[in-house]
Amino acid sequence: MNGWVIAIIQTALMAAGAPFLTGWVKWVKCKLQCRQGPPPWQPYRDLAKLFRKEVVISDKASVIFRISPYLIFSVTALAGSIVPLLAVGLPTSAIADVIVLVGFFALARFFLALAGMDIGTAFGGMGSSREVTISSLAEPAMLLAVFTLAMTVSSTNLATMIYRLLDFPFQLYPSFIFAGLGLLLVAVAECGRIPVDNPATHLELTMVHEAMILEYSGRHLALMEWAAMLKLMIYGVLIANLFVPWGVALEYTAYDFAVAMVTITAKLLVLGIVLAVSETSLAKMRLFRVPQFLGLAFILSLLGMLSHVILEVR
Amino acid sequence: MSLNIAHLAVALAILSAFAPLLFARKTALLKFFSFMFLGLSGCAAVVAGAMALLADQVVTMVVPIGLPWLHCYQKLDPLAGLFLLIVGLVTAVVGCYGPAYVREYENGAQPLPVLTVFTGLFVAGMFLVMLAADAFSFMLAWELMSVASYFLVAYQHQNSENRNAAFIYLLMAQVGGLFILLGYGVLAAFGGAFSFDAMAAAPLSSGWASIAFILAFIGFGMKAGVVPLHVWLPQAHPVAPSHISALMSGVMLKVAVYGFIRFSYDLLGDIHWQWGVLVLFIGSVSAILGVLYALMQHDLKRLLAYHSVENIGIIYMGIGLSMIFSSFDLPLLAALGLVAALYHSLNHALFKSLLFLGAGAVLQNSHEHDLEKMGGLIRGMPITALCFLIGCISISALPPFNGFVSEWLTFQAALQGPAIDSGVISSLIPVAAAVLALTGALAAACFVKVFGVAFLGLPRSEAVSKARESSFGMVFAQGVLALCCLLFGVFPTWTVGAINVIPQHLLGVGLPAATEKGWVWLTPMAAETASYGAPMVLLGICLAWLIVWLWLHPRRRKTPVRVGDTWDCGFGPLNSRMQYTSSSFTQPIRRVFRPVWPIDEQIIAKDEKHPGGHYHLRVGDWAWNKIYLPIGRILLASAKRAAMIQGGNIRVYLAYSFFTLIFLLWVIV
Repeated sequence: MNGWVIAIIQTALMAAGAPFLTGWVKWVKCKLQCRQGPPPWQPYRDLAKLFRKEVVISDKASVIFRISPYLIFSVTALAGSIVPLLAVGLPTSAIADVIVLVGFFALARFFLALAGMDIGTAFGGMGSSREVTISSLAEPAMLLAVFTLAMTVSSTNLATMIYRLLDFPFQLYPSFIFAGLGLLLVAVAECGRIPVDNPATHLELTMVHEAMILEYSGRHLALMEWAAMLKLMIYGVLIANLFVPWGVALEYTAYDFAVAMVTITAKLLVLGIVLAVSETSLAKMRLFRVPQFLGLAFILSLLGMLSHVILEVR
Repeated sequence: MSLNIAHLAVALAILSAFAPLLFARKTALLKFFSFMFLGLSGCAAVVAGAMALLADQVVTMVVPIGLPWLHCYQKLDPLAGLFLLIVGLVTAVVGCYGPAYVREYENGAQPLPVLTVFTGLFVAGMFLVMLAADAFSFMLAWELMSVASYFLVAYQHQNSENRNAAFIYLLMAQVGGLFILLGYGVLAAFGGAFSFDAMAAAPLSSGWASIAFILAFIGFGMKAGVVPLHVWLPQAHPVAPSHISALMSGVMLKVAVYGFIRFSYDLLGDIHWQWGVLVLFIGSVSAILGVLYALMQHDLKRLLAYHSVENIGIIYMGIGLSMIFSSFDLPLLAALGLVAALYHSLNHALFKSLLFLGAGAVLQNSHEHDLEKMGGLIRGMPITALCFLIGCISISALPPFNGFVSEWLTFQAALQGPAIDSGVISSLIPVAAAVLALTGALAAACFVKVFGVAFLGLPRSEAVSKARESSFGMVFAQGVLALCCLLFGVFPTWTVGAINVIPQHLLGVGLPAATEKGWVWLTPMAAETASYGAPMVLLGICLAWLIVWLWLHPRRRKTPVRVGDTWDCGFGPLNSRMQYTSSSFTQPIRRVFRPVWPIDEQIIAKDEKHPGGHYHLRVGDWAWNKIYLPIGRILLASAKRAAMIQGGNIRVYLAYSFFTLIFLLWVIV
């Protein structure tokens, strides 16, 4: 029972912290570009504003358009509940392993792409078409990257993976470096960041995610935006806790939770800075360069897996 | 008992073929009796299959028909039971769907009895294949199935396209049948008898076993449709009536999978790792090429046919993994791979039949099979759209539906690759996992396209905008299959628990850990290795949805949703031609994987006929261009050479006979 309460609190923390991470990346980016910039908590204000606003829906919209925001947010929140943010060994982590996590993202994306095509505008179809192309290349790269870790610890369960990784002697694992780099590239593509997509743009030639949700307004838009922020958060936590697992609470004591809270916040803030620096120093690439980018991610993950099989299996 | 019920199913199927002929003039009675018997036969098969599977019993019987020294052996064991259940389930559903669907053939060019007679024989043939326990009755049932389905493909033979497809189908079915016959021939020669028991006991040398395996692999692969033997599928499925496509694609391919498993695990036994590598390789190639070719199709039923190639590939990947593990003496992992393959066979039968029935409903109500002319069907056909959506989610392997569970199991099997102590193979298996991941992601992309273009957006043609919901029987049939897709996805533990007896029979072990944590948790190897709580996933999604809904509810009251025009950038009203089409949707993928297809793409500038310019796109199939056409050319050329001996002069022919006689006498004496 205790575990379920902690799991629910952890999920709520994840959802509550997600807008801050997005705001933090934006704030750091603005500072790097010598701009004033909105404060890191600005996304909370935006969401509150959107939730208050009226919803306008096209007369061509079907029921898919109206249920998609709820479905996408629920599935993303459920995905958040199985990723160990603070503690391992929670009962929620047994519901789904890392393959199911990828499945959750795919389910959310399926409905996101359908919602984009629902109204029948050129924008929506364009966004959906690009989104499914990018994700169908990113998904295998991501699975290969996590499979490398899964094979190392012989488990696909996220909590077990982190638990066993903590026990590993501290030394250099070439496969982890390749897999980590691959996963970073995938995260950039899946969360729609520069250089794959630009979250700040509204220019038709460069949009992917924004094109699909162009027709949304009010609370529907708020749920869509929040789900996207949550996805960035989940990827951040995944990378932080899989590749730098130290600090995660193993026992459910107040002290352990405090340590876990501080370490994961620090890890995420550092990851946010890395993302902001890379977004500042890179330019958005042409759509047809993206397959090469994702091909690199795929090759890195494959190298990770092969180096694990060849070098590390005894 | 179970075998008697199975025989009842066969009898009912034959009855459904011939009993209605008594009322050949009265269409309503004909339809009623034919499909009623078909549905009952399906139900009987489900009962028989479930009894064999759940009670874990093997029933044998020798039927004294046939030649005096060659009796007909019948056997129903759990493996046959599972496939009998699959075939029966889809047949029963087709029994509900059929009467309303064949309405459009009532006043067609062909008599309806032809359709019902061959449907009954086709189903009876499939049942008999499962029950056969000797090569003789197996081949007879197999040919009954092949030939009956040929007449179903050729049913609307006024179109030359249909005749062509049916001919290719028959040709490949016969060539495949020949290979299977040769495979059985090898076993029968060593075993000394035609019964499966004698064949299983045959003392085979490793070389002969491999020859028999290759023959069976080609023969069953031709029926199952693995690359490059798949070319009949995308031709035959689109032209057959939709409920027949559902049976052929959803079920008949599974009969081939059954035959392959029976031949390699039961009759050959002692599996070599090279066979597993071959099956895994061909399975991976079929999966990835199947989905890539499916993406480029815009004929709905042809697209679904290519997806059958993909799914058969996934099933073969599971079998291949199982074979490799089995040959390295890892029976537990071999059982995991086999369970994954069997589960995927069941799932594919469910969702592929569902999708073909959905395509049939669209076809009947809008007379449209081209995706480029569909759109907005969700408004006219909401229930069909819901069922089709469930089929799309299932085939895209998304949780919590059934397709996901079997792919998840296949992934789990592939991830155990390092357990093999052979460096090359254990590093190749993860590559298969990568191929499976790519396949799943591309399948999801393809079904976003299908559902988005066909059911969402604005209607692209007049007929489609007027399409209305089909009649009760058709909707009911789709609803049953959609419900099955959900149930087999949410309660995988029960299914795996039931399937588990099959590897126990074939490999000696099942998956003892799979169900030990209760019905909620599926833990194929051990709880800490991997677990999937499908009911919890469904519950979690519903709970999260409920919380969000309750939280937003007061706001919804305050600000009701306003309905307005679509935003058109201020340029005036949008029309359906401005939407993304099926071809434009897949254009980025076409560009990324360019060398995979032979593409004929032309942009014709403005001329008098096309004032706005003209875009022409035709995507072919390399297997057709590079393998089958050259073979056809060589055959024709050699036939022309051989035709030289036909002089047309009776004396020359008499001379031929004379010399042949002399030659034969010389050979014998």
